Amino acid sequence: MSAPHRPEGVEWSLLPGGALLLDDALVVVAANHAMLDLAARPEPDVVGRPIGDLLSAGGRIMTQTHLLPMLRRTGRIDEVALDVVTPDGTRVPVMVSATRDGDVTPAVVRALVVGVSERRRYESDLLRATREAESARAAADALAVALQATLIPPAPPVVEHLDIAAGYRPAGDGNEVGGDFYDVFQTGGRSWVVVLGDVSGKGALAAAVTASVRHHVRALAMQHADPSEVLRHLDRTLADDPTDHFCTLALGRLDLLGDRWRLDVSLAGHPPPLLRRTDGSVVEVGEYGTPVGLLPRPEFGTVSLDLVDETVTFYTDGVTEAQGPSGMLGEDGLARLVAGAPHDARAITAAVVEGALAHQVGLASDDIAVLTLSPRLGRLPG
Amino acid sequence: MSVAARLNAHVDGAVDGRPMVFVHGFGCGQQMWRFVAPAFDDHRVVLLDLAGSGGSDVRAYDAARYDRLEAYAQDVVDLLVELDLDDAVLVGHSVSAMIGVLAHALAPERVSTLVMVAPSARYIDEGDYVGGFSEADIDDLLATMDRNHLGWQAPLAGMVGATAAGGDTGVAAELEESFCRTRPDIARQFASLTFRGDNRADLARVAAPTLVLQSAVDVVAPPEAGRFVHENVRGSQLVTIDTVGHSPHLTAPGATADAIRSFVDGGRA
Repeated sequence: MSAPHRPEGVEWSLLPGGALLLDDALVVVAANHAMLDLAARPEPDVVGRPIGDLLSAGGRIMTQTHLLPMLRRTGRIDEVALDVVTPDGTRVPVMVSATRDGDVTPAVVRALVVGVSERRRYESDLLRATREAESARAAADALAVALQATLIPPAPPVVEHLDIAAGYRPAGDGNEVGGDFYDVFQTGGRSWVVVLGDVSGKGALAAAVTASVRHHVRALAMQHADPSEVLRHLDRTLADDPTDHFCTLALGRLDLLGDRWRLDVSLAGHPPPLLRRTDGSVVEVGEYGTPVGLLPRPEFGTVSLDLVDETVTFYTDGVTEAQGPSGMLGEDGLARLVAGAPHDARAITAAVVEGALAHQVGLASDDIAVLTLSPRLGRLPG
Repeated sequence: MSVAARLNAHVDGAVDGRPMVFVHGFGCGQQMWRFVAPAFDDHRVVLLDLAGSGGSDVRAYDAARYDRLEAYAQDVVDLLVELDLDDAVLVGHSVSAMIGVLAHALAPERVSTLVMVAPSARYIDEGDYVGGFSEADIDDLLATMDRNHLGWQAPLAGMVGATAAGGDTGVAAELEESFCRTRPDIARQFASLTFRGDNRADLARVAAPTLVLQSAVDVVAPPEAGRFVHENVRGSQLVTIDTVGHSPHLTAPGATADAIRSFVDGGRA
């Protein structure tokens, strides 16, 4: 194998940037003045040596694992950022572009090696800023996930004479925090409040607003028996909040009246819960109200009904708006899931959550929260 | 999804020939073998892209799974099981020489002969051991990779265009040109696994006929590292190819293929 033809002439040697002629194994055949200046080495220490000898260890490895294979395959590499290391250990950031000429025998590689110290500093700053932004976002995500975990009780409380089953699935891979929440709490000896809602927006701020809403519902429900009164006060609180978030929710107050549970329901921009009778028929309960924290003149109404052996299912719109290959699940799809399940709070909740997930082939595009109540009046207190 | 589809495996050559599995190292995909593998068409030739590399299905890449070389070795074994191949010669370059060691340990009946091309059992110097690099050098590699995604972002747009134009050949060309492009986070993890790993203790587990091939000059896997592998794999044969660089299968494909053939078909394996 004959040696590649060495370049000649003043033009090559005086180019204002490093120029290299290399053989096909990337051993230096010739280097111009600027290249020798960059490397701070005399010609005999450059010519005849692998290009890797001029580079940092990282560049040496990358040359062998990536750049040589790419040159052999596609005939060129473009704008590769490497460091030339001088004999005293100084690193000189360079940008390398090279082409391989396989039409001559033996093949040769021609490389331009340009110093880019200033640009590298700028890029390093950008890279650092990107890293910091990524780590800040990861921290915010972790905070939001931790915060939201506190908004979804691990299991509803045990209430005598009442079965409660709740289910929750975060959207997508669970990293983006939505604003769905639910809560069940006692307001008196035989009085309980059930709330299920959806705060607009996503992320840590939505989670913070959700925490605030949940807290206010608890406090207001202690002062006001009528759910629509609770919503009216909650609306004012949220409207005064400097954030732009608003909230839809379904609020139910439950009173054990001897042989039955009285359920008072009020809705704030939220889909009405579904009541299922023992014969499997399903109807909506409650009358539509406005979301809280959104409108200057909100309207809320309370609807009362008695529960003996019915079930009532509260849900967020992540269920009905579940998008699948066959379109949205919709209210009809949900009603079918409720009607098709065994007459049992746990079974209905599971059927709705799994049905909504199955509809969108496993990956929830929005949060899903479902909560089902059913009286358990086997042995009644006096 | 089949293992073959996940690893973009290609099976070629003689149906009744002895299986030879060519496994690329850190950096680029199965195209690295294009000058050597065709010389073995009297064998059952299996080419693959390691998970996350080349044309493998990156959707199947799970960072938690691929935090140890054993996961890659398991993939190779799973592929051989799926293809119903046994008594294979595993030709592994660089880190895949060690993947071969682990695959042989997992399934000695499937992987029964090893050819290690430019192997190193440990890249970082330690006491008297010469790997050629320091911890700081590997940090430098990761920093260099962070600055060079080598067009990782570019090929997708091109592929979409080629598909829209109905040109399968366009897609194929893009894939070929992208064979050294790896998703940056995957490349980083694989680099760290490769260059911070230590497989010296695994060498004693090798009970297969083994050929250690090294380049005369290799700045990634220095001669000392190759000799260490040779001395610690019982009965192994060491052959030095007269070439410069870490990829003798690219820089001296003829001599590399000849050395492999005389070992595999010369009665030693």
